[in-house]
Amino acid sequence: MTKPRRAQPLPIRITHWVNVPVLTVMAMSGLQILNAYPMFGPRGEPWRWVPLGGSLQPFPSWMTAGGWLAGARHLHFALAWLLVANACVYLVYLVASGEFRRRWFWPPRDTVPAVRQQLYYVDAFWFRIASAIARVRKKPPPARKRLPPPSGLYNGLQRAAYSAAFSLGVLEVLSGLAIWKPVQLHRLAWAMGGYDAARVVHFVALLALVAFAIVHVVMVCVHWRQFPEIVTGGKPHA
Amino acid sequence: MRRWSRRDWLRAAGALALTGCDTDHPRAGLLGAMERWNRVVQSALFSPTLEAGDHALTPEDAFPAYHVGHATAPIAPAGWTLEVGGSVARPRALSLDDLMQLPRVDYRIEHHCVEGWSAVAKWTGVRVSELAALCGARDVDYVEFRSFEGYWSSWDRDSAIHPQTVIAYGMNDQPLGPAHGAPARVYSAVKLGYKQVKYLASVRFLDRETGGYWEDRGYEWFAGT
Repeated sequence: MTKPRRAQPLPIRITHWVNVPVLTVMAMSGLQILNAYPMFGPRGEPWRWVPLGGSLQPFPSWMTAGGWLAGARHLHFALAWLLVANACVYLVYLVASGEFRRRWFWPPRDTVPAVRQQLYYVDAFWFRIASAIARVRKKPPPARKRLPPPSGLYNGLQRAAYSAAFSLGVLEVLSGLAIWKPVQLHRLAWAMGGYDAARVVHFVALLALVAFAIVHVVMVCVHWRQFPEIVTGGKPHA
Repeated sequence: MRRWSRRDWLRAAGALALTGCDTDHPRAGLLGAMERWNRVVQSALFSPTLEAGDHALTPEDAFPAYHVGHATAPIAPAGWTLEVGGSVARPRALSLDDLMQLPRVDYRIEHHCVEGWSAVAKWTGVRVSELAALCGARDVDYVEFRSFEGYWSSWDRDSAIHPQTVIAYGMNDQPLGPAHGAPARVYSAVKLGYKQVKYLASVRFLDRETGGYWEDRGYEWFAGT
């Protein structure tokens, strides 16, 4: 990059905030569709090894959108285009602007810093607990050993998390296409392990995306001073 | 024209969200427009020659049998024939024996239900394309399958004359049972289950789309796989 860019350039802010309602309604309409047959595996031999698979109870209405199977399918297949269009805008911007360099996980560069960042978090967690114990016992606080590795806009762990989330989105689109067109896109369905396996991939990737979203919101709450950047763009940042 | 106030914009956005995304009537409004767009995409993805591959058979008692509006399987009227008509040069009424005289095909293909499940059976019957040739179907775009118990579905012609779209009278090497649509039903590799009309009474080649039982209640019309 030639000159420092703002922490969150406008195209990134727009695509980020479009994703919030679109992904939410995609997930909720997806659960409504799953409610129609909340099992995995072909008829006659259900796959009970899938997480939640054997005992999947219909999802409560507050978790679903679309009201019924046909309504949810129409919602899902309409919004899917907005999701993909939004992802394309994001991808084109990221590549054309060079933004991907400071956002995407690049293993040779980011693996060691990501591990050090994780060790720092573990250390910080124990430091808090040890400090609290010391306070109760009225003893001097313990010495802090580890410092976070130097980072740019994002640290290695953030790059890993954001890259994983985007990859999960790609996996959701591919497995979704395989479920939608198991005959016409039979090579894609084959790559997913077949129609029934594609349903598992589609659901397990959703669970992973929900886990990402929860951790993401928790981290935003912990580092709440950085939150305005995703609204206003923030200051120029290396 | 006066300028729109913020309240007008809010009202318009609310109205668009309500009428455009009314999931009780998903084939209307914005959702209906997106269905038409998805139909264009599905037609473009459809290959008239690509055939679905073989799969392991589902145990027969595990293959679901759905009906609408009646608890027990309907029984065909005495002297049942399959009417092939509409825009054809030679309308015909074919008995089960007549159907069995026509070239027969076997396919063991995966069934995809709109609910999400899959199941596999071996189906024996005569291709719809065979009936089209027999009756001299004219160059029209739609085919309507109608049952003697009130169910029906209309198809795009390309899907109906796909080699794996058949009028099936046999399932898993047995005569088609009453639960699965006896005496004859539509079976196809390229459509979801609700397009595959059971208890078949007529096949008609038409120049217009005539909806369907579930399609008129809000389910997608094209429903290809």
